Amino acid sequence: MANRQPTMAQTPAAPTPGGTLETTQPVRPRRERGTRVRRRRVRAAWLFLTPMLVGLALVAGWPLARTFWFSVTDASLSSLEGANFIGLENYLVYDNGWYGILADPLWWQSVWNTLYFALVSVSLEAVLGVIVALVLNAHFRGRTLVRAAMLIPWAIPTVVSAKIWAWMLNDQFGIINHLLMTLGLIDAPLSWTADASLSMWAVIMVDVWKATPFVALLVLAALQMLPSDCYEAAKVDGIHPVRVFFRVTLPLITPALLVAVIFRALDALRVFDVIYVLTSNAASTMTMSIYARQQLVEFQDVGYGSAASTLLFMIIALVTVVYLYLGRRQLGGGS
Amino acid sequence: MTLRRLKAIALKTGFWLLVAVLVLYAIFPFYYAIVTSLKPSSQLFEVSYWVDSLDFSNYVTVLSQPTFLAAIRNSVVVALSVVLIALLLGLTAAWALGRVRFRGRTTVMMIVLGVSMFPQVAVLSGLFEVIRTLDLYNSPGGLILSYTIFTLPFTVWILTTFMRQLPDELEEAAIVDGASPWVTLTKVFMPLLWPAMATTGLLAFIAAWNEFLFALTFTLTDSQRTVPVAIALISGGSQYELPWGPIMAASVIVTVPLVVLVVIFQRRIVSGLTAGAVKG
Amino acid sequence: MAGLTLERVNKRFGSTQVIDDVSMQIDNGEFIVFVGPSGCGKSTLLRLIAGLESITHGDLMIDDQRVNNLTPPERGIGMVFQSYALYPHMSVYDNIAFGLKLAKQDKQTVDERVRQTARILQLDELLERLPKALSGGQRQRVAIGRAMAREPKILLFDEPLSNLDAALRVQTRNEIARLHERLGSTMIYVTHDQVEAMTLADRIVVLNAGHVEQIGTPRELYERPASRFVAGFIGSPKMNFIQVTAEADAEQGCRVEIPAVGQRTLPLALSAGGPSETTLGVRPEHLIPTASESGEGLEIVNVEYLGSEAYLYMERDDGELLVCRTQAPSPFRRGQRVTLDFDPTHAHLFDRDGRAVPPRARREARPEPQGADS
Ligand SMILES: Nc1ncnc2c1ncn2[C@@H]1O[C@H](COP(=O)(O)OP(=O)(O)OP(=O)(O)O)[C@@H](O)[C@H]1O
Ligand SMILES: [Mg+2]
Repeated sequence: MANRQPTMAQTPAAPTPGGTLETTQPVRPRRERGTRVRRRRVRAAWLFLTPMLVGLALVAGWPLARTFWFSVTDASLSSLEGANFIGLENYLVYDNGWYGILADPLWWQSVWNTLYFALVSVSLEAVLGVIVALVLNAHFRGRTLVRAAMLIPWAIPTVVSAKIWAWMLNDQFGIINHLLMTLGLIDAPLSWTADASLSMWAVIMVDVWKATPFVALLVLAALQMLPSDCYEAAKVDGIHPVRVFFRVTLPLITPALLVAVIFRALDALRVFDVIYVLTSNAASTMTMSIYARQQLVEFQDVGYGSAASTLLFMIIALVTVVYLYLGRRQLGGGS
Repeated sequence: MTLRRLKAIALKTGFWLLVAVLVLYAIFPFYYAIVTSLKPSSQLFEVSYWVDSLDFSNYVTVLSQPTFLAAIRNSVVVALSVVLIALLLGLTAAWALGRVRFRGRTTVMMIVLGVSMFPQVAVLSGLFEVIRTLDLYNSPGGLILSYTIFTLPFTVWILTTFMRQLPDELEEAAIVDGASPWVTLTKVFMPLLWPAMATTGLLAFIAAWNEFLFALTFTLTDSQRTVPVAIALISGGSQYELPWGPIMAASVIVTVPLVVLVVIFQRRIVSGLTAGAVKG
Repeated sequence: MAGLTLERVNKRFGSTQVIDDVSMQIDNGEFIVFVGPSGCGKSTLLRLIAGLESITHGDLMIDDQRVNNLTPPERGIGMVFQSYALYPHMSVYDNIAFGLKLAKQDKQTVDERVRQTARILQLDELLERLPKALSGGQRQRVAIGRAMAREPKILLFDEPLSNLDAALRVQTRNEIARLHERLGSTMIYVTHDQVEAMTLADRIVVLNAGHVEQIGTPRELYERPASRFVAGFIGSPKMNFIQVTAEADAEQGCRVEIPAVGQRTLPLALSAGGPSETTLGVRPEHLIPTASESGEGLEIVNVEYLGSEAYLYMERDDGELLVCRTQAPSPFRRGQRVTLDFDPTHAHLFDRDGRAVPPRARREARPEPQGADS
C-alpha cells in the first residue's frame, strides 16, 4: 500500500566532470580528478547513502535472495535452517503425474484472478480518476472541501475499508442489498462476499472506491499544469468541448495517467489485504499474494510458498519492464 | 434563446449532480460506519441512513478491551518510529542523490525505485528469517524494521525531488563559508525542507499505520498486534456473528485521526503524492 | 609577491572546452573585471578560482602557493552570488556569522566581526531581519557582508548587480568601488555590463569563447584594442567597421583604400607585402561628418538625441549602418546627406584574423597593450 506513493525514474544523464580527457598538448600533463571539495562531496554522498543502502539490503535485497533460495529447497517454517536443496521440484516435477506450483490449478486460478482483478480495477480507476480530476479541476465553490472528501477513501486503512464494505455488503443486514431491494432492482438479498460469481466484483468495487482518489490526484496535478492558451485557442476556434478533451486534454495528461496506472497496476498485482479481509482464502478471489502467503504461513511450506512468491516477483518484474518499455516508446523516448 | 438558457441550466444541474454523486460515493461508507457504530446492538440489524441514536456502548466495548488499546499503542509506536527512521535515512540519501553528481547515482536511484515495486510477499520468507535471527519476531521492532522496505523508497524519492529544487547557489554559498556536507544538510537544507519533511512524514505515517500483511505475519500475540490486524481479527461466536457494532466503532477510532490529518494537510499530501511523478 | 596567478588553466565539461589555456597575473589589491558575451566562460573561470569547480589542467596560485586542491575557505576567498543565495531561514546577523562560526571563531570575535562588517555596509539596523524582509539592494549588501566577514584575501563577485534596477545598480556600483578602496583586498568581478567593467576595474579581462582576448586597463582596451572582438565589445555605441584594402607604406605607415571616402594613410605598422583585405575600425566619436550639398556621401537614416550627445546613423550601400557621435543638439537632420572622414591617429586596422595592426614604432613608443599571449 505504501507504494501508492508515486515515484518515477528521472534518469538524468550525469556527465562526469573532470572525466577522461587526453591531453595532446605539450603542457604540464597535470590532470585533476576534481577538487578536494568535489572528492569530499562524493565521499560524503556515499557515506550518506550507506544507512539507506544497508537498510534496503537488510529488508529487501537479502530477504529477496533468501526467498529465491528457499524456493529451491524443502524448507518449512519450523526448520528454515535444515532446508535441503531440491532443485525445481517446488515449481514443477514429474512423479507419476505432474506436481508443483505450475501444475496446481489453484495457482493458475490465482494468476487469472490477479490479472483479471488488476485489469478491471485499474481500468475503472483510470476512467473514474480522470472524471473526478476533471470535476475537481473545474472552478466551483467548495472545491477544496470536495477535494478533501475525495481523499478520505485513500486515507482509510485498507483493512478498515474492507470491513466497512463487508458490513455494507452483508447479505442479510447490508445496506446495499437493502437499497437495491427498496429500488426493486433485486428480489432477494445477494451474498456479495460468499457467492463465487459476485465476490470478485465486490473486491473490485472496494478497490476502485479506495484507489480512485490517488489516480484523480495525479491527473489533477497534470491538469493544473496545462497551458491555458491551448484552451483559449480552441474556444476561439469554436471547437466542441468533447473534442477538445480528446484532442488536447487527454494527450497532455497521458504521461501523468500512465504514471498513475503503473503504480496502481503494481499495487493491484500484489493485492492482499482487501481480499484477505473481505473474502479470506476463497478460491474465487484467491490472488497470487494470498496463495503464496497461505502456503508460507498457514501450510508452513516455506519452500513451496517461496516458489510462489518468486513467480509473483517475476511476473511483476516482467509487467513493469514491458510497461516501461511500451510507455517509453509511446512517450517518444521517455522523459 | 431560451433553449440555450435551458441547456445551460441543465448542464449546471448535471454538473452539481455529478459532484454530489462523487462526494456521496466518497464519504458514504465512512459515514455509514459512524452511523452503525452509534447504534445500540439491538437496532444494529435495522438498516437506517441517518444517525437516529447516540449510543456509545460500542465505543465503550472496544476501548475497554486491553488488546485494542495495546494495538493502538503498538501502531503509534511503530508508525512514529518508522517516520523517524525513514526521514533520517531518507534525508541523507536524498542529499546524496539530489545534490551530488557521482558515478553510480542512476544505479542507486534504480535500486530504490525497484525496491518500491517489490511485492511484499516476495520478501516474506526471507524477512521472516531476518526478523527471527535478530530476535524481533512478535515485537514492534520487527515491524519497524520491515516497514522500511516500503517507506524508505518513496521517502527518498520525494525528498530527492524537493532537494533538487533548492538553488545550487545556496549550497555553493555554504561551501564557500566552509560548511561540510553534514553541516550544509542540517543547518542549511533541513530548515528549508520542513514542509517537504512534514509531507513525506505524513505519507510514511499513513502507510505504516495502514500496513497489514507484515503486521499479520510477524506478530503472534494479541498484545503485539497493530490496529489493522486487531480489527481484522475481531471475531464473534462464528463467522456469521461478527460483532459489527464494535468493529465499526474500532474502525472509526483508528480512521478519524487519519481523516483529520488528511483534511488539514490535503495540500501538502497532494504535493507530496505528485512530487515524484511530475517529471514522469 | 602577493596576488593570484593562473597558468594555462583549462576546464572541460565532458568534451566541451569551456576555459582554454587562460593565463594571467593579478596583483594584490587589484580590482579585476571579467567581461565577455554570455556563455564565454566568465562564471566558470570565477568558479575555478573559487574552488567550486575543478581545474582540468593548469595551475592556480594564490600568494605563490598552488591552491588547485584547496577548498574555498582554505584558499581564503569570499564570494558574492548573482542570486545573493542568502540563507533564507537565518537572520542577517546569522547569515554573516555563519562562516565565522564554522571557522571556529570564539563568540566574541564572531560578534565583533559581524558588527564591524554591518557597520561598513550600513546594515546595523537590519541585523535581526530575515532576508525576505529586505529590499534587493539590502540583500546584496548582506551577501557582500557575508563574503567579506571572514576577511578573505580575495573577494569574488558573479554579476552581483544584475538583479537590481538601474538606479540601484549605479549606487551599489559606487559602494563596491568605495569598499574596494577601504578594504584594499583583491577583487574579481564578473559582469557582462561594460559600463560596470569600465568604471570599476583596475584591469579588465575580456573573455571570448573560453580564451582571453585581452587584458588591460579600461583605457588600454578602449584606445588600443588588441583584436577586432575587443574593439567591438568595448565601447557603446559600437566601433564602426569597414572592409578596406590596405598596403604597407614604408614612409608613412600604411595606405588604405576606403570605399566612398578615398585613400588615407594611417600611422600603423602593417607588415610589408601586397595589398591585403583588412578591417578598418573607427569609433563613433572619431568619425567626422560634413554636410554635403552635392548629394554625395551617405544619407542619415536616424538621429538619436540623448541630451548630452547625439548619434547619427548612416546607411551604407551594402546596408550596414555607421554611427557617429556628435555634440547635442546635432546640426544634422534625418534624410540629410553627409560625407564622412576620420582622424587617422584614432583609426584601428584589423587583419584577416581579427588581430590589431600595431602602431608604428616611434621613439616615444606607447606602452604596448598586453595581449593574450604576452
Ligand atoms: N556544469 C556544466 N556542465 C556542462 N557545461 C557547462 C557547465 N557549466 C557551464 N557550462 C558551459 O560552459 C560555458 C560557459 O558557461 P559560463 O556559465 O561560465 O558562462 P558565462 O560567461 O558566465 O555566461 P553568462 O554571462 O550567461 O553568465 C557555457 O557554454 C555553458 O553551457
Ligand atoms: Mg555567468
